[in-house]
Amino acid sequence: MRDVAIVSFSQLPSVKEIEAADEPELVQPVTSDAMKQVGLTQDDIGFTCSGSSDYLPGRPFSFVAAIDGLKAWPPIRESHVEMDGAFALYEAWVRLLHGDIDTALVFSFGKSSLASVPDVLNLQNDPYYVQPLGLDSISAAALQAQAMIDARKATERDFAEIAVRSRKSAIDNPNAHVKGEFSVEDMLQEPYISSPLRKSFCPPVSDSAAAVVLAAGDAAKRLVRRPAWIRGIDHRTEPHALGQRDLTASLSARLAGEKAGVGEGKVDVAELHAPFAHQELILREALGLGDEVDINPSGGALAANSLMTAGLIRFGEAASRVLSGAANRAVAHATSGACLQQNLVAVLEGQ
Amino acid sequence: MSKILSAPYVLEYTYSRSTGPVVGRFLESLRYEVLEGVKTVDGRVLCPPLEYDEDGEPTTGELVQLRPSGTVKSWSWVQKPRKGHPFDRPFAWALVQVDGADNAMVHAVDAGKAKRMKTGMRVRVRWADEKNGTIRDIACFEPIAPFISGPVHLDYQVKPGQHYTAYLRGLQEGKLIGGRDPESGKVYVPPRAADPVTGNPTSKYIEVSDAGVLTTFTIIRIPFEGQKLTPPYCFGAIVLDGADMPIYHLISGVPHEDIRMGMRVKAKWKPEDQWETSLENILYFEPTGEPDAPFDSYKEHL
Repeated sequence: MRDVAIVSFSQLPSVKEIEAADEPELVQPVTSDAMKQVGLTQDDIGFTCSGSSDYLPGRPFSFVAAIDGLKAWPPIRESHVEMDGAFALYEAWVRLLHGDIDTALVFSFGKSSLASVPDVLNLQNDPYYVQPLGLDSISAAALQAQAMIDARKATERDFAEIAVRSRKSAIDNPNAHVKGEFSVEDMLQEPYISSPLRKSFCPPVSDSAAAVVLAAGDAAKRLVRRPAWIRGIDHRTEPHALGQRDLTASLSARLAGEKAGVGEGKVDVAELHAPFAHQELILREALGLGDEVDINPSGGALAANSLMTAGLIRFGEAASRVLSGAANRAVAHATSGACLQQNLVAVLEGQ
Repeated sequence: MSKILSAPYVLEYTYSRSTGPVVGRFLESLRYEVLEGVKTVDGRVLCPPLEYDEDGEPTTGELVQLRPSGTVKSWSWVQKPRKGHPFDRPFAWALVQVDGADNAMVHAVDAGKAKRMKTGMRVRVRWADEKNGTIRDIACFEPIAPFISGPVHLDYQVKPGQHYTAYLRGLQEGKLIGGRDPESGKVYVPPRAADPVTGNPTSKYIEVSDAGVLTTFTIIRIPFEGQKLTPPYCFGAIVLDGADMPIYHLISGVPHEDIRMGMRVKAKWKPEDQWETSLENILYFEPTGEPDAPFDSYKEHL
């Protein structure tokens, strides 16, 4: 199988609202920067793939309009997934395995500020049994968090400690949205939004965009001194209905982690896409990540959560640490769907 | 750069959805207040029913009727409902495992307060008044309490006897009546059928003063069932001048931090035209401003 690597990563700082940018204006800066970092232009890219959701801006086929942020003439090879950009990276990785092209551009954009995200996300629920009830995404995650408490796998204090650590880690991240020194005790005094979730156990809603360049084999070695090689990558999903899953564990993340080879070596750093604090505990258990692993040094999705982009940013943050030499072996994870329904796991290595 | 334009915008789709033989049958049955699950090839029952189970096997198409009750497997209390939620008052989301089913259903529980919610609690279906063949024909689930109400209602006459009658008649006239036991000389307010020391009726009625000494007191700060006053308030024991036993009443007209044992107090009466045969003719006792009584003068009444 061909060796494929992440060779560059660019993101816009996650903020509450990027008012002065529509979709193409979000896409252009990050795609051009990711290519420029490795001396490429769109003409050098073999395949372009994006991930986004039209329901965020409320514009049907907004992913088509987003192409206006690229140089797409003469016509380019292009594809799109209605998911987080990390899943577009997976498609691009599969495409590079064909062997006929050497580079791919992956991007995603999350304009989350235009509507109420927890309500928009009800549209990912079953249209017969759940959507008519109006189950927002925070309440769905709350059912999962309560199940963890009932199973004695976690306490609210655990949730608060994860949120405090994440936002403290984010202090050093210029692209993070919510960061600083917070107190566990103060968080435990916050009112519930949907019990047992308090505001700080939930992610912020951020606008951002991100892009990654993938390159295969010798092309990767020519572009950067130390590519972040994708040594394993796997994507698994669970049943859609919340009532048919064990919400306190993630079999899909465990299988994806095993197939990606997470346990086959020492993990220096892991960027986990856990929008809600309790989900980090589920993912750590599923991926077998112990206390020695540096979890979400970027702050993770609790510090910056541009929808459809936060997963690709996990891949970019993990890759950046390998590219810079700060880490030798990193795990990147992205999720999609309610309560960690879908899980994509990759192992990135500098050697 | 000029200010970025902004305007409200609504996205609606007037789609209709076909329901098919499994989901459609389930939803149709809800119209008749019938709850059904579908059998899987390996003998499990799914409610709500699905066309395929998680192993990818088609379910059998055989629907079985289930009791409209179940068990909460997880829940989340929503104190401030969002716009799209099924209630505009506080409620719980829950995963409910319907009796006889092997999976769980997402729905709402109308429990009134978060304290009533517990994983493992029993709930029953509350059907919607108007049905239209959707999941909302189940209005919600509601707690099944393992209790039935057992109210008792009986009509009686109160006849307080001669001593209390004398006491209450006295109050009606603005007097506090006590009873003296001729043998011990002790005066009890109200008069009693027997002096607990001698066993004699406290048969000689005498009027005692409506002023006396506050011997002890408490500040009530917690609410309780049937409480008539709003906390905090003070309740005290008062030995009226001329009496040998305290009566109990409210202490008011003074900041709580100034209330003390030995304080001289006097009854604050309601206006005379409101007097009845009741101790409520006295609103409360308030300080007289006289010097405090020495501890030794009332210690035997503590």
